[in-house]
Amino acid sequence: MNSAPRPENWLRVTPAGLYCEPGDFYIDPARPVARAVITHGHGDHARSGNEHVLATPETVAIMRQRYGELAGGTLQGARYGEPVTMNGASLCLVPAGHVLGSAQLVIEYQGTRVVVSGDYKRRPDPTCPPFEPQPCDLFVTEATFALPVFRHPPDKHEIDKLLHSRRLYPERCQLVGVYALGKCQRVLASLRAAGYDEPVYMHGALLGLTELYQRLGVDLGPVQLATGVARDELRGKIVLAPPMALADRWTRRLPDPVIALASGWMRVKQRAKARGIELPLVISDHADWDELTQTLDDVGAPEIWVTHGREEALVHYAAQRGREARALALTGFDEEEE
Amino acid sequence: MKRFAELLDALLFTPSRNGKLRLIQEYFATTPDPERGWALAALTGELSFAEAKPSQVRDLAMARVDPELFGWSWDFVGDLAETVALIWPEPEMQDQSAVPSLSEIVSTLQGASRADVGAHLAPWLDALDATGRWALLKLVTGALRIGVSARLAKTALAEWSGMELNSIEEIWHGLAPPYPELFAWLEGSAPPPDIAELPTFCPLMLAQPLEEGDLGTLDPKDYLAEWKWDGIRVQLVSRGGQRRLYSRSGDDIGGAFPNIVAAMPDDVTLDGELLVMRGGEVAPFNQLQQRLNRKSPDQKMLRDYPAGVRLYDILREGAEDLRPLPLRERRRRLEASHGMPRPNLDLSPMIRFADWEELKQLRAGARERGIEGIMLKLADSPYLAGRPKGPWFKWKRGALTIDTVLMYAQRGNGKRSSFYSDYTFGAWAGDKLVPVGKAYSGFTDEELRRLDKWVRDNTVNRYGPVREVAPGLVLEIAFDSVHRSSRHKSGVAMRFPRVHRIRWDKPYREADTLATLEEMMT
Repeated sequence: MNSAPRPENWLRVTPAGLYCEPGDFYIDPARPVARAVITHGHGDHARSGNEHVLATPETVAIMRQRYGELAGGTLQGARYGEPVTMNGASLCLVPAGHVLGSAQLVIEYQGTRVVVSGDYKRRPDPTCPPFEPQPCDLFVTEATFALPVFRHPPDKHEIDKLLHSRRLYPERCQLVGVYALGKCQRVLASLRAAGYDEPVYMHGALLGLTELYQRLGVDLGPVQLATGVARDELRGKIVLAPPMALADRWTRRLPDPVIALASGWMRVKQRAKARGIELPLVISDHADWDELTQTLDDVGAPEIWVTHGREEALVHYAAQRGREARALALTGFDEEEE
Repeated sequence: MKRFAELLDALLFTPSRNGKLRLIQEYFATTPDPERGWALAALTGELSFAEAKPSQVRDLAMARVDPELFGWSWDFVGDLAETVALIWPEPEMQDQSAVPSLSEIVSTLQGASRADVGAHLAPWLDALDATGRWALLKLVTGALRIGVSARLAKTALAEWSGMELNSIEEIWHGLAPPYPELFAWLEGSAPPPDIAELPTFCPLMLAQPLEEGDLGTLDPKDYLAEWKWDGIRVQLVSRGGQRRLYSRSGDDIGGAFPNIVAAMPDDVTLDGELLVMRGGEVAPFNQLQQRLNRKSPDQKMLRDYPAGVRLYDILREGAEDLRPLPLRERRRRLEASHGMPRPNLDLSPMIRFADWEELKQLRAGARERGIEGIMLKLADSPYLAGRPKGPWFKWKRGALTIDTVLMYAQRGNGKRSSFYSDYTFGAWAGDKLVPVGKAYSGFTDEELRRLDKWVRDNTVNRYGPVREVAPGLVLEIAFDSVHRSSRHKSGVAMRFPRVHRIRWDKPYREADTLATLEEMMT
């Protein structure tokens, strides 16, 4: 053999997800498998019922919190940078900057280095270590916000909008839709960074993971369940809830809430308006267009695979810059409620 | 421009009317002339840039962004102005001093040729942030779509200044942007603008619904009666050689009705009903709807749906303001000057009656097309803007009702966003239900809570904010009339449908059929 086998010969798209043949494992499988490597704890990447799971200790903790006994047969924690051998492949998890515990997966096999990004972002997030670009031969990337209309503003700008709205409507409460894992805690931490030190109230569905973050050493300040708090006490306060609950009966307990949603999709006014959002906050745990294209430059891989999102735009961009690029069209990833 | 952009952005996302009013008032209070005047013009739709076209905006962006990426982005965002605003590559260092004022934008673009528009827009787009770019592009391409009507903007002016909305409406059409004399007057530093020789709008006198029992308290000798026509209220104004046809809200709709404008007598202000009429015969409302949908009708439209005005009041003749005169006297003047029917204009006849009983019978017998009921007007009353209690009553023909089956429910807006409050209901066609209309009102808050719960408990499918429910609940719907419509699958369209009663008791199989509804067609 005078050249290394090309990655498409050992890393393949299967109905269960991306499969690494020499390592005999799946990455973020869509259905239960014998061996899974999980990049991060979001429900569409970390599913229950796998026999063996490799992930960062934080991701393992998140999966245990979410799934309990069903999290998997054996859950193996690997710290960032710790080398792991799985059958014929050498693996290593490095920070992806997406949520607490989120990792890129670096696979080395017969001299070829492949990085599977999982979901990631490049801007600072007080709740998790930043993305570390890894030089590689093949970069497998997400593309949730891969259109040049997506440019996320600085977090501070958006948090200031929320605090301004709170001053503008002291008689109402600010109800912010946040994804339960990551977004919720990042919004909390950003509020603290902006000097907001009052208790933040939340929907019951957010409390478990928030307390887990705190146990894992992320400082989020005082939080309290909103359920059971008198309506008048919530005037002028900030209440967090899952996006699905924003137009739910649950909100009837709140004093004339200003409905906000923290999501990269809020960049498009038409979308925010269509969802009945009064205060769109462009806060995303995914890379925006500039971050995605910057990352392709940083990792320098001659070959790019795109897993999910707006694949065609990123493939087009990479191809124009002389990279060999293709869309994998992986299914099972849910991008609506990022 | 930055403040104006923030205002538009806030208005877009603020669902409540009061919230919007608050935002606009705050803007007027804190923004200097002429900036706020141009903003008012933009909000009331009085600003247009004929030389700025969406295609120029697109070309401008395409010259800076990969066309493929632009195309995908446009597909995703769906709105050209917003796509360009978001995709516009921001320079490393933005030159804040190049951010234009609204006044600068207006004066520059109004003098610009089509070829120059792009060259003016580009440096502004470079200097503005994403929301500023969005507001600029929405403004110049002429479609703000932020849920603010001209009337709401004027209401904000009235609330902010403490003046009557009617006083503002009355002079509005004599003013031009950026309205310095209007703001000076509203702030109390100048007299009201002089509009003597201009074809301005007189705010309308409106009627109240006649309630059960009102008749017993009224003396039939004091009242004049006319038919209530099923068209739209208009005001014909000609003055100093200029002519206007104003809608009820004070919009000039003359462009859509050239024949009426041509037939207008000189130097007079007349009040009447716009109708589609053929040889004195009034056509159903939905034929008028065809005309209202067109800003400039073609010959075929004019021929197929001939519009006319049936006059019932005169507010001004020459320089004389007739509004203080009693109705009896105004009617005499109207008949004297305009009694002879002419093309496109005729007089709404008076109904002679001896007592309420006779009028009641006339009303019950009036199943004629184009009649909605009866108007009762106090013969001695002057013409008063607004809806004063007492002088004018509308006595609508009894509403029609039909038992329908609830099929779909949609979440409401604002305070109703956690409730399924918008209902689509159907009638039986054989053993299938056909949707025949939508209703949003007619129930109490308590009933809404119960309806909401019923919808959630009986959902069989979800489509975004809409739930399909299993047939099971009968809604008795009241409506004013029903017409044939090609826009609805059922082939019928109701006027003013509302929930009359919720028939928790009635088996849904016993609801009415589409055929029953068709028999009610006028």
